Amino acid sequence: MKNQLLSINDLSKDDVLSILSTAAELERITEGPTKKLPTLRGRTVVNLFFEDSTRTRISFETAAKRLSADVINFSAKGSSVSKGESLKDTAQTLQAIGADAVVIRHGSSGAAQRLSDSGWINATVINAGDGTHEHPTQALLDAFTISKRFPERKSDFSGLKVAIVGDILHSRVARSNVLLLTKLGASVTLIAPPTLLPVGVESWPVLVSYDLDEELPEFDVVMMLRIQLERMQNFYFPSEREYSRRYGLNEDRLLRMKQSGIVMHPGPMNRGLEISAASADSSRSVIVNQVGNGVSVRMAVLYLLLGGASLSEVSQ
Amino acid sequence: MTYTLTGVTLADGTTTNVVVEGQTISSVGSLTVGELIDCSGLMVLPGFVDLHTHLREPGSEDSETVLTGAKAAAKGGFTAVSAMANTSPVADTAGVVEQVFRLGKEAGLCEVFPIGAVTVGLAGEQLAELGAMADSAAQVRVFSDDGKCVSDPLVMRRALEYVKSFGGVIAQHAQDPRLTQASQMNEGEVSSRLGLAGWPAVAEEAIIARDILLADHVKSRLHICHLTTKGGVELVRWSKSQGINVTAEVTPHHLLLTDDLVESYDPVYKVNPPLRTDADVQALRIGLADGTIDIVATDHAPHPTEDKECEWSAAAFGMIGLETAFGVIVKTMIETGAMSWPRLVEVMSTNPAKIGRYSRQGGAVTAGSPANLTLVNPKSAWQVDREKMSSKSKNTPFHGTALTAKVIHTIYEGVFVVKNETLTGLKHE
Repeated sequence: MKNQLLSINDLSKDDVLSILSTAAELERITEGPTKKLPTLRGRTVVNLFFEDSTRTRISFETAAKRLSADVINFSAKGSSVSKGESLKDTAQTLQAIGADAVVIRHGSSGAAQRLSDSGWINATVINAGDGTHEHPTQALLDAFTISKRFPERKSDFSGLKVAIVGDILHSRVARSNVLLLTKLGASVTLIAPPTLLPVGVESWPVLVSYDLDEELPEFDVVMMLRIQLERMQNFYFPSEREYSRRYGLNEDRLLRMKQSGIVMHPGPMNRGLEISAASADSSRSVIVNQVGNGVSVRMAVLYLLLGGASLSEVSQ
Repeated sequence: MTYTLTGVTLADGTTTNVVVEGQTISSVGSLTVGELIDCSGLMVLPGFVDLHTHLREPGSEDSETVLTGAKAAAKGGFTAVSAMANTSPVADTAGVVEQVFRLGKEAGLCEVFPIGAVTVGLAGEQLAELGAMADSAAQVRVFSDDGKCVSDPLVMRRALEYVKSFGGVIAQHAQDPRLTQASQMNEGEVSSRLGLAGWPAVAEEAIIARDILLADHVKSRLHICHLTTKGGVELVRWSKSQGINVTAEVTPHHLLLTDDLVESYDPVYKVNPPLRTDADVQALRIGLADGTIDIVATDHAPHPTEDKECEWSAAAFGMIGLETAFGVIVKTMIETGAMSWPRLVEVMSTNPAKIGRYSRQGGAVTAGSPANLTLVNPKSAWQVDREKMSSKSKNTPFHGTALTAKVIHTIYEGVFVVKNETLTGLKHE
C-alpha cells in the first residue's frame, strides 16, 4: 500500500479489501470492553481542516484516539491561513512539530496531492476531502457499510447495482465512490439533471441517467447526495421544489425500491429536499450506520498507513 | 562597427556571408568586410518578434521589469516584443505607454512596443484614449485588454471601428466571462475526473465567431490572441476564406502541452487560456503550418514563486516563454516535419512585424534590411533549466524538457546583445 491516501486510485483492489477487513477486525475488537488500542501510541495525527466539517473531523479524531495517537486539530479557517499564510507555510509548521500523519480537508481540488507531492512535509497525507475532487475515506466507509449490509457477498460487489443521485458535478463523494465501487465490481449508475453531471462523464466507468424513476426498482443501493442551495443561483436547476419532485427520494419512490435495497447519504442531509424524512429514517436507511462505520474505516486507514503494531498482537 | 557573419546558412538552406555595417545589413554574398565572425553551422534568421509579452512594469516589478523581460527576450532571439497593457496602472493612457516605451529604449536590448488597453482600466466599459496612445511617442498600433476579454459586443464593435483611423488592430483575448466563471482548466474528460471547474472551448470560440463577424461588418483589423481550440482554428480558416481581415496567434505551450498535465495539480500548468486536448494541439499545428494561424506569440507571463507554490485554485494563471519559444517551435513544427524554416521565419518574425506595423522588424536577410538578426544552431541538444533563465520569474512548464535547437547570438540594430548564448552587456543606444 502507498504511504498516502489522496485518491481511491492510490489503492489496489487488494488494498481496499485489506482496509475493509481491517476495519471489520478493529470494529470487532473495539466493540469489546477495551475501546482503545495502543497501536499508534506516541504518533501524532494532525487534522488540518481548511473547511468546516465537524462530522469528518470528529470521525478522524475518534479513530486516531481509539488507536492511542496524539491528535492535534488545526482548524485553518479562522487561524493564520485566513491571514494569508500559505499551504506551504502551514505544511512546514506541521513538519517542524513532527506530525506523523496529516489529515487534510481543503476547499481546493488537488490540495491533498499538492501537500503530499510538494516536498514540504514528510508526513503521511490522508485526503479528507479536497474541493470537488475526492473524499476517499467516505467512499471506503460507504463500501464498508454496503459490505456489512450484504455480508453474503464478502466484499465482492459484482452484479450489485448502485445508483448515485444528485449533484455529481460538485461531489467529491461521487468521484471517490465511482472509483471504489467499480473497483469492487459494482455497476454504478449516476442519476442527475444534465446540468449537474460533468462534461466528460462519458469517460467514467458508469451508466448515466436523467431519470430517477426509470430503473429505481432495480437498484440494491441508492445513494443520495446533498444539494447545495447556492447552486440555484447558477441555474443548475430552477427551484428546490422542482428538484425535489424530480430527483428527491420521497416516500413513493422509497416504496418502489427493491425489497433488499438500501438508502445511503453522506450527510449532512437536506431533509425534504433530496431526501424525505420518511426515507432518511426508514428501515432501508443505513445513514446512521455510515457514521459509525466511518470511525472503523478511518481507524483501519490510519492503522495501515502508519504501520501500527500487528493486529493479532493487539487483539490478544 | 562593421563585421561579417561568415559561413552562415539562410532559412532557404544556402550558405553565405552577411555583412553588417552599423545598423544595417550591407551585403549578403561572398563579400567579407571588417571583423570576421565564424558562424558556420548556424542559421541566420530575421530577429524574432513577439506580439504578446507581459513585462509587468509598472506595478509588478517583483515578477518582471522591462529590463529583465528585454534580457529574456534577447536570449530567446527576439529583437522586438510587445508589452501587454495589464500593468498597474493599466497602460490605458499616453503617459503609461510612453513610460514603457522609454524603459524599453533605456534597456536597449530589443524594441519594446507597448500595447494599449482597449478600455479604461481593462474594465470593458469605456474606450481608452486609443488615439492619444496612437499619437504618442510610443505610436501604439496594437490594442488589447488581454487577460480580460472585451466581452461587450458594442464596445468591441466601436473599438474595431475606431482604430481604423490610424491603422490599429484590436487583439482580442477571446473568453466569454459568463461561461468561464471560476474556471480552472479545459472542460472535458480530465476536468471531470480532477474536479476542477471546466473552461469550455465554446467560451473561446463563441467570442472568436462574434468578433470575426464584427470585423467583417465594420471592415477593420482583428487579431485573435492565443488560439487554443480546434474549433477556433476552423473559425479562423473560414474567416480567411471569406477574405475577412483576421489574424491569429498560437503560443508555443499550446502547441506542445495538453490538459492531462494538470493531473499533477502543479500550478506551473495553470494558464489562461488553458491547456487543451491532443486533438486541439494537432489542429493548432496544422493551422500554423497551413497559414490559418499567422504567428507564434509567447504570452510570456511571469509570476513570483509564491503565486505558483500553492494549491491549484489559489495559483496565478500564466507561463513564461521568451527563452524557450524558439526551441519549442522547432520541436513541435520543424522536427515533426509540419513546417519549413522559411515558414518559421514568417510566423516568428515577418508576420508579427506586419501585424504590429513594426517597420524595422521582420525584414528579409538581404542588403538594406535593418540588422535585427537571430543566429541559431538548429541541431544542438540542450535541456531547459529555469535557474539559467534571465527572466525574473521561474514559472516555465518546460523545466527539464529536452530541446534540439537553440539561439546562439542575437543582433539588435547591429549590436551583439547576446553572443554565445550570453548577454554581452552591450546595448543599442
